[in-house]
Amino acid sequence: MIVFDEVRKSYQVGGRDIPALRPTSMTIETGEVFGIVGHSGAGKSTLIRLINKLEPVSGGRILIEGEDITGYSAAELRAFRRKVGMIFQHFNLLSSKTVADNIAFPMKLAGIYSKTEIRERVEELLARVSLSDHANKYPSQLSGGQKQRVGIARALACRPTVLLCDEATSALDPQTTQSVLKLLADINKELGLTIVLITHEMDVVRRVCDRVAVMDAGRVVEMGPVSEVFLHPQHPTTRDFVLESESIDGDELQENLQKADGRILRLTFKGESTYKPLLGKVARQSGVDFSILSGRIDHIKDTPYGQLTLSLIGGDVEVALKALEAADVHVEVVR
Amino acid sequence: MEALMETLMGNVDWAEIGIASWDTLVMVGMSLLFSVLIGLPIGVLLFLFGKRQLLEQPVAYAVLSFVVNVLRSVPFIILLIVMIPFTVMLIGTSLGVAGAIPPLVAGGAPFFARLVETSLREVDRGIIEATQAMGANIRQIVFGALLPEALPGIIAGITVTAITLVSYAAMSGVIGGGGLGDLAIRFGYQRFQTDVMVITVALLVIFVQLLQMAGDRLVLYFSRK
Repeated sequence: MIVFDEVRKSYQVGGRDIPALRPTSMTIETGEVFGIVGHSGAGKSTLIRLINKLEPVSGGRILIEGEDITGYSAAELRAFRRKVGMIFQHFNLLSSKTVADNIAFPMKLAGIYSKTEIRERVEELLARVSLSDHANKYPSQLSGGQKQRVGIARALACRPTVLLCDEATSALDPQTTQSVLKLLADINKELGLTIVLITHEMDVVRRVCDRVAVMDAGRVVEMGPVSEVFLHPQHPTTRDFVLESESIDGDELQENLQKADGRILRLTFKGESTYKPLLGKVARQSGVDFSILSGRIDHIKDTPYGQLTLSLIGGDVEVALKALEAADVHVEVVR
Repeated sequence: MEALMETLMGNVDWAEIGIASWDTLVMVGMSLLFSVLIGLPIGVLLFLFGKRQLLEQPVAYAVLSFVVNVLRSVPFIILLIVMIPFTVMLIGTSLGVAGAIPPLVAGGAPFFARLVETSLREVDRGIIEATQAMGANIRQIVFGALLPEALPGIIAGITVTAITLVSYAAMSGVIGGGGLGDLAIRFGYQRFQTDVMVITVALLVIFVQLLQMAGDRLVLYFSRK
């Protein structure tokens, strides 16, 4: 468990205090995938670097498994960092070392593993990230996705309990992003590792995260389970992110709604109800006609969901609303 | 043929040339060795003490940087003369091959230190950050990540330093340093033996060419980018 207790961070620029993270309190549970989403400059890079103290806090405490890491001595900090893996947007592999030597590097630095242990662990990790055939290549000979898989293997070498991902997929193409995210999700499930990832893409959050914090101007403006935040965003920044990830132009959507007749509802289906033949039944019962203004059916992590914006014309709208709510559909009356 | 050689190179004493070449080789080799041994740690410290670096130390950086700049701004010919008392104190003589080595190191080490500093600055900061995140201490960051990553740049720096030392070594002939430069000055210049001058210059050119080629090959061999 990672606990932020009134943590804040500011930088001294030309004698002035520039706040990067306003006082923030939150808890990241053991074994969850926790996403932090925000635009560049929102403070998310700072926040993730506070967790392994690449940046020291300016105030407050960070407790990891009950221990306050902000007061660690240099030696304590080095031992602690071995238990926290980190991967980076630009991979940060050593160009002078082979793939196998890059993965072995943190174990060698730790100085507590025998040569045999290191060799066996490296082989195991290479197989885990499907790069066994590339052990003796240099990073420059690999593709971006392969480099990030080496980064992941390296981060896992000393069997950490926490994995920090700093924009780990931002430099990758969509297909490679998928495979890297799947690898992260598998690792989370198999090893029970806590993953904290920062990203500017809501899509990444939607695919792998259990909970998410949305950051804006150094503050966490919204936090909760991904399905809650994603389907019912409250803060304007969150709404922008959700619309962006669905490639919907907010203004255009408003315009379409203006043109439509009748009552307008936004329905959110989650889990099993997504696949039920519900709308036809409701229409017959209540005598309403409906037209679909916008819609999307997809997954949040492993849960299917659907979100439809409808306009209802004629019939008994109240009956329709009751029937929908009875079927476990979240209904939001837009107009 | 022999007659032609005699007219063209009548003054050339090949045994003398051989000894002078060997002396140059020894002067450059020894001074390069000490320049690297002294310059490398100074270069690493310059880097580490620099602004926003791992051991940021503005005062220590300013002092070190000042010493390096002073040694680098004194023209080498002056440095040769200024160093004489110090050289005598250090090795007992300021003459010959041995006497030339201390001033050569005084000129070469600060030069090389700056080149090391520059090539370390070119290492991606992300790599330093990643190594820190693995729990490395400063020593491990320097030896495990910084120096291996900067190795091609450092080798290129050694090549440039070696070539600079060849020309410095030739200059040391002025204060009786020995080697090809000494030969060129004593015979080629003072006795107007143009043939000796041509041969010594040709040998120096070949020497520099070989150094550059060897250096380039090593850089290529160690570059993984």
